[in-house]
Amino acid sequence: MPDNASPVRQPAPPASSTDLEREVADLIVQALNLDIAAAEIAPEMPLYGEGLGLDSIDILEIALVVSKQYGIQLRADSEENEHIFRSLRHLSDYINAHRTK
Amino acid sequence: MLARHFLADVARLVAALPAGDHVLNVCSDRYRFTVGLAASLVARKVSLLPSTHTPEVIRQLTRFAPDAFCLTDDAGCDIDLPRLFYSERIAHSQATEDRQLWAVPTFDSDQLAAYVFTSGSTGTPLPYKKTWGRLLRCVHDGASRLGLLDGRPHTIVGTVPPQHMYGFESSVLLALQTGSALCAEKPFYPADICRVLAAAPRPRVLISTPVHMRALLAAEVVLPETDLIVSATAPLSRELAREVEEKFSTQLLEIYGSTETGQIATRRTARTDEWQLWPGVSLTLKEGQAWAQGGHVEQPTPMCDVLELTQGDRFLLHGRMADLVNIAGKRSSLAYLNHQLNSIQGVVDGTFFFPDESHASATGVTRVAAFVVAPTLDAATLTDELRRRVDPVFLPRPLLFVDRLPRNDTGKLPQESLRALAARHLRPTS
Repeated sequence: MPDNASPVRQPAPPASSTDLEREVADLIVQALNLDIAAAEIAPEMPLYGEGLGLDSIDILEIALVVSKQYGIQLRADSEENEHIFRSLRHLSDYINAHRTK
Repeated sequence: MLARHFLADVARLVAALPAGDHVLNVCSDRYRFTVGLAASLVARKVSLLPSTHTPEVIRQLTRFAPDAFCLTDDAGCDIDLPRLFYSERIAHSQATEDRQLWAVPTFDSDQLAAYVFTSGSTGTPLPYKKTWGRLLRCVHDGASRLGLLDGRPHTIVGTVPPQHMYGFESSVLLALQTGSALCAEKPFYPADICRVLAAAPRPRVLISTPVHMRALLAAEVVLPETDLIVSATAPLSRELAREVEEKFSTQLLEIYGSTETGQIATRRTARTDEWQLWPGVSLTLKEGQAWAQGGHVEQPTPMCDVLELTQGDRFLLHGRMADLVNIAGKRSSLAYLNHQLNSIQGVVDGTFFFPDESHASATGVTRVAAFVVAPTLDAATLTDELRRRVDPVFLPRPLLFVDRLPRNDTGKLPQESLRALAARHLRPTS
């Protein structure tokens, strides 16, 4: 996205990526009504399959809250897509790099 | 992609098919799936369409058809069957197209084209035969109801997989039957759906589901002008249908059907709750249960939903029978899920529970919960065992360990006791 190249990015990202990871973990737990605490989602735990066990409906739910909260429309055709949902850390990094709000 | 390229691809794939008479076609690309289907028909092989591909279902398929092989376009596919990889070497080679390959193959109407499977209640999927003639009649009658037989060339975009009965009928077969163009992609995110639709020549049709409708509305995207949206897999509310029609300036038609009968009715949900049966299909009530027959329906078949016959060819749908579970178009029965749960070593007792709609997510999906007595197992082990047996959408959320289930004196689990147990453990979505 063109505005990512701009040296002055608005708004500023949060102080540390760990804060964002916790925030995103909270969003995931709320959006999916998971019966675990957000803190139990380790940053490197796989979100799909045998890690957190999310499926494609969950990914769609997460995409919705990500678009509302951070102003990012996820696309399956972008090269990063398969990396984005590899873990909480990948997802948070992607949000950090592409957020518009 | 032109028809002659398609026919050439079909001929090349026919030559590459192994000997078995049964094909599990798991190609995710809609074009490759369609080439696989056509090649199977030419080679008089039968397509197997189970609702999921868990290791347990694959084992059951092998028992049903020991000669089955898998056609896949995914190099990482790990389905435990002999596999034929649909490579680009098979597809899309242009140079030496023989003119005689261009003849469109024809098939007898009674040629067995596919087996579809329902989950059954004893743990073994039940097969249903689909002949080519009945499949085409179904799709032809549907095309007429959807207004696709007006002579204009439509483009079909689908968000559902081609292997799912709805996607099979309403994208793959609908395109073959009406001469429409078929979009090979299966767009997923709202932004993808918009991009693929915008690239599709008009008139264009979006074959989709309530889950995707809700996601499109919630994502606040601008949908490109779309001439028709079709929804199936779970009933839409009239409010949601109106919102889709208004916001996207389109017409939304909903299809009703079942694995056993195929599609049998349509309605314009924004305007009416009543479904209209397709030509030739009729419903009769026997001891409170509706049976479908006539038209493309092979034999009188009981419907697994509670239907109220209103007048003539119209009916109302009052929900599914108590035992059935439908999560985003994947169907199973509580009896089947309970059977699988209780067959896991270490499970002393266990039951699935389907919460009411106050537990639905933003896309309108309600998940199943499970209560289990298994003192020697932890949640991760139990979930891994279940994952081998049931489709991931049915993995319990939450999975709750209890000391005992509230069984009554006769060993039954009264719904009220289960609801009370659930009320103590489940919280509604905000």
